[in-house]
Amino acid sequence: MAVRVFLVDDHALFRAGVRAELDSITDDVEVVGEAGSVGEAVVGIGHHRPDVVLLDVHMPDGGGAEVLRQVRTALPEVVFLALSVSDAAEDVIAVIRAGARGYVTKTISSQELVRAVVRVAEGDAVFSPRLAGFVLDAFADRPGAAPISDPELDLLTPRERDVLRLLARGYAYKEIASELFISVKTVETHVSSVLRKTQLSNRYELSRWASDRRLV
Amino acid sequence: MGWNPDDLPPPACDDRRVSVETKAKATEPVRRRRTGRVVAGVAGGVADHLGVEVFWVRAVFAALTALNGVGAIAYGLLWLFVPQQAAGVPEQPPNPRERQQALGLLALGIGAAVLTGLVSGPVSGWITGPLAVAMVGAAVVWREADEAQRRRWRDGARSGLLGTGRTTVVRVLAGVALVAIGIGVLLVNSYGIDQLRFALLAVVATLGGVAVLTVPLWIKLINDLGEERRVRIRTEERAEIAAHLHDSVLQTLALIQKQAEQPREVKRLARGQERQLREWLYGNVVEDSTRPRTLSAALTAASGEVEDQFALSVQPVVVGDCELDPDLYALVQAAREAVVNAAKHAGVAEISVYGEVEPDRVTVFVRDRGKGFDPETVPEDRHGLADSIGGRMERHGGEVRIRTSLGEGTEVQLMMPRKAADK
Repeated sequence: MAVRVFLVDDHALFRAGVRAELDSITDDVEVVGEAGSVGEAVVGIGHHRPDVVLLDVHMPDGGGAEVLRQVRTALPEVVFLALSVSDAAEDVIAVIRAGARGYVTKTISSQELVRAVVRVAEGDAVFSPRLAGFVLDAFADRPGAAPISDPELDLLTPRERDVLRLLARGYAYKEIASELFISVKTVETHVSSVLRKTQLSNRYELSRWASDRRLV
Repeated sequence: MGWNPDDLPPPACDDRRVSVETKAKATEPVRRRRTGRVVAGVAGGVADHLGVEVFWVRAVFAALTALNGVGAIAYGLLWLFVPQQAAGVPEQPPNPRERQQALGLLALGIGAAVLTGLVSGPVSGWITGPLAVAMVGAAVVWREADEAQRRRWRDGARSGLLGTGRTTVVRVLAGVALVAIGIGVLLVNSYGIDQLRFALLAVVATLGGVAVLTVPLWIKLINDLGEERRVRIRTEERAEIAAHLHDSVLQTLALIQKQAEQPREVKRLARGQERQLREWLYGNVVEDSTRPRTLSAALTAASGEVEDQFALSVQPVVVGDCELDPDLYALVQAAREAVVNAAKHAGVAEISVYGEVEPDRVTVFVRDRGKGFDPETVPEDRHGLADSIGGRMERHGGEVRIRTSLGEGTEVQLMMPRKAADK
C-alpha cells in the first residue's frame, strides 16, 4: 500500500514540483493533499489523515514548528518529515524538538526523498549527516558544554554516539550495521532513541546552545 | 565573496542608479552652494533660489556692505541659517570668469566697509577694528564647524580623530583666540578694566540664560538627528541586500539562462550560488576574503573550493570547533587533497567530509561511494596520496588510514593530535 503524503509549503510552485516528482518516480508514495499555510495545514491534515507530512520549516505564520504544536497531540499517528531549504542549526533543532521524525534539505534528490518518506512512514528516523553532526555537537560531553542535569535522559550512550558519528561520516544504515557488527534493526533503534532524547532534552536547551555558538 | 567579476557577462540590468532626485523644483528651499563658492556659497544659493545671475546677487551684497556693513551682516546671517546643499546633488561646475568677478566683488565689499568705517570717524575706528578681528575669528570657527566639516568629523571619529582632526583643532583654537582678543580689546576700549568685570558677569549670565531657554530646542535637535540616523541605517541595509542579490543571485540566474543547455555548468553555478547565499543568510561560516581562522571554517571553505572546481557536491559536517594552528592547517590541506582525489578518481557526484574536534585530537573523514581501488596496485608515480596526504600528516605528527575496496568506495581517515589542550 502506498504511503499517503501531505505537502505543507508556502510556495505553490515548490509543492507542484514535489508532487510531480513523487508521482512520476514511484507508486510507493501518493500525495493526498497540500497546504500553503499553518491554518490550511492543520485543517488539511485533520481531514486527510496522511501517513507522512512533508513540512516546510519557514512559513509566514509560525512555520513548521507551529503546525507540529497544533496537530501532534490530536493526531499522534501522523509522522512529520521536515523538508527545508535552511540547514541552520536553530531551524533543524527547533522542528526536531517539536516532534518531526526527520529532517532533509530541499537539495535532496527525488529518489532519496522517496526513500526518506518510506523510512519515516515505517517508524524510522531520517538523519542527514549534517543533522547527525548537530545532534552530536549538542550532546557533546566535552568541557564547555552545558551541564548535564539528568544523565539518563540527556546523555547519549557510547553506542548511540558511534551510530551518529558514522551517520555524520556519510554511512548508510546498512553500512553502519556491518561496521558495528549489529543488525540494521538495532541501528534504527539507536537512531530513534537519539531522536527521542533530542525531543525530550528540554533542560539541555539545544537552541540556546546553537545561538551561543553563533551558529544561527 | 569568491566570485570573479571578470567571468561575468555585462550585467543584465544596470539598475543600481535608480533616480531618486525627482523633487518638485518649485518647493525647493534655499540651499548654499557646495561647488563654485567663493566665501560660503550663500550668494550662489540665493541666486539659484531666485533664478537670477549670481553676479547680481553678489553685487547687491557688496553694495549693501558699503552701508555700514549691512551686506556683510546679512551674508553672515544667511550663512548661519541656510543649510548647505546635500552632497551628491548635481550642480553646475564653477565658471572661472564668474569666480574672478566674485573675488573682485568681495574685495570691493571689504574695501567699501573699511572706507565707510574710516569715514565715520576715529571713534568708530576703535570699535570697527576689534570687531573686525572678532568677526574674522568667528568666521574661522564657523567655517570649521560647517556642515561638511562636521560630517567629516563624525566619519573621522570612527577611524581616529587625531589623524584628520589636528589641523582643525588648531584652527578652531586660533579662531576662538581671535574672537576673545577682539571682544577683549573692544570691551577694554569702551569701558575700562573696572567695568569689564561687571560686563563679563552680565555676558556669562546672559549666555547661561540662553542655554537654559533653548534646552527644548537642543533636545528636539538631538532627537531629529537620531531619527534621521535610524532611517539612514535602514535604507543602507536595504541597499546592501539589494546590492548583494544583484551581484550574486541575479547575475548567476542570468548566467544560468545563457547556459541552460549545459546541465553540468548550470549545476555548478547553482551550487556555488546556493552556498554563498547560505553563508550570507545563516551566518558567516567562511569569513570573506581573509583566510579562515577556525577548523570548521577552513574545512567548509576547502569543501566549497573543490565543489566549485569539480562540479560535484561536497557535504562538510564539523562537530566542535577550534582555532587553526599550523598542524591543523596541514590537516585541512591534507583533507582537501583527499577530497580532490575522490573528486578525480571515484566517479561520484557526492563526497562526505566529517570533522570532529575532541579535547586531545582532531579527526577528519573523507568518504565517497565511488569505485574504490586496490592499494597494492597504485602505481609508484602517483604522489597524491603518499606525499600530499601521508607525508604532510606525518611531518606534523598525524596519522592517515585508508579504507577502500573495489566497488565499495573509499574513506580516508586523518587524525591529528592537538598540542595545546587549551580547552
